[in-house]
Amino acid sequence: MTSTGREQFDVIVVGAGPAGIAAATRAAERGARVAVVDDNPALGGQIWRGGAEKAEDMQAREWMDRFRKTAPQLFTGTRVIGQQEPGELLAEERDVPRTLRYRAAILATGARERYLPFPGWTLPNVTGAGGLQALVKSGLPIRGKRVVVAGSGPLLLAVAAYLRQHGAEIPLICEQTSWARLLGFGFSLVSQPSKIVQGLKLKFELGSVPFAANCWPLAAHGSEHLESVVVSRDGEKQEIACDYLACGFHLVPNNELAVLLGCELRGGFVVVDDLQRTSAPAVFCAGEPTGIGGVDLALIEGEIAGLAAAGDETAARALFANRRKLQKFVTRLARTFAPREELKSLASPETIVCRCEDVTFARIGDHVSSRAAKLHTRCGMGPCQGRVCGPAMEFLFSWEAASVRPPVFPARVASLSGMEAELELESDRTTGGIR
Amino acid sequence: MPEPITLTVNGVEVSVPRGTTVAVAVLLAGAICRHSITDEPRAPLCGMGICYECRVKIDGVSHCRGCQTLCEHGMNVRTDD
Repeated sequence: MTSTGREQFDVIVVGAGPAGIAAATRAAERGARVAVVDDNPALGGQIWRGGAEKAEDMQAREWMDRFRKTAPQLFTGTRVIGQQEPGELLAEERDVPRTLRYRAAILATGARERYLPFPGWTLPNVTGAGGLQALVKSGLPIRGKRVVVAGSGPLLLAVAAYLRQHGAEIPLICEQTSWARLLGFGFSLVSQPSKIVQGLKLKFELGSVPFAANCWPLAAHGSEHLESVVVSRDGEKQEIACDYLACGFHLVPNNELAVLLGCELRGGFVVVDDLQRTSAPAVFCAGEPTGIGGVDLALIEGEIAGLAAAGDETAARALFANRRKLQKFVTRLARTFAPREELKSLASPETIVCRCEDVTFARIGDHVSSRAAKLHTRCGMGPCQGRVCGPAMEFLFSWEAASVRPPVFPARVASLSGMEAELELESDRTTGGIR
Repeated sequence: MPEPITLTVNGVEVSVPRGTTVAVAVLLAGAICRHSITDEPRAPLCGMGICYECRVKIDGVSHCRGCQTLCEHGMNVRTDD
């Protein structure tokens, strides 16, 4: 494996979703030499997946066009795995290590779905909600398939509309939150007309698809793959035959890299100041890692971070008022779609919580903290490094998140040789436990 | 319609449209992405490179995430390897 040497940039943006695209564009337009690093093969993140060519909405297209005009250095299919020393990121493109130096880094690492374990959730064809959408966007044929969409959050509606548009039959959308909370959420949007338009558009696209609040999956059944799902609907059990269960309980931030770079967190989110600066020197953060607020907020935070990182505080400040308006959405989303207590008792003692190491609910429940559970059962020590079971355990057992150690993704040994100094400090570290 | 891409999954030829990921090609070939340590069959969960359930061997390189890799002509994909 050949290393590509050290490359120097003014601004490195990690993540090419809306926040990252806006940040990179604004910084480059101010004359900064910008690099954008993203794990996915194409730009756009999850919501604008596939880049400009595939972008269906005008906002995405406009931003992608503007971004391309700035001609930043792109590293797609590249994961940042750690920081060598402040100002120097270590990345890996397939199995080729890269060292990227920055004057300012902007973390726009987005969010992932929260998955909660229930009996049968490890069966093939039980996927995330956004997960199934991503697979369909990656070529999975869905026409004629029956898909139950379940979990929580506005994403469920967007996913159901998308799948239906591509020929899937949606027998039911199950939203775990209550009608009361949903109605409160609907009224709170009166102050945000663009969100109402989004909502109405989805309603139109969803047409006659049944939607139930107070509804969540109890178990998925099938031998080799999913055949049916049992849901709790207003307290009654209902079994629905289906080909897929697309299930995610709102979103959790991808903040592992921020933690590794020493950024302070509060309530699981990266703390930033007015200019999107984190507590770590020269490290900015924008979008979902600072609070789940959706694409509009991600864009404006990205713009502010990009401008600030390129040294144009005045232009950044001009956007503050707009950001403040959008930030109100963060608390409303969190309150409306917080997982209800009943979801803590979905898993049976035998239900696997950590899918990488096949650690059951009962085995994890014997311990008092995520650290103790990790040390005794290996939960969270497989290749996903706790990205799936971590948020589940935080909710199920009210535990604090386990610590983050380098590398933040499983990496090749050749890439790690560049990280020796950092790794020596971590005597009992994990390399991701890949088997 | 652009030319489809042909690759093999566990030795079986599959043709997919350009832009299809390896994870999807594995599903289309009817293969199981991996068996867990207690031998459960597993398939993609997150679709976005987080969960590692779709990890496969691609052209001799183990532990590649199928969902983050686009199919290429002549690719040799093996599961549980």
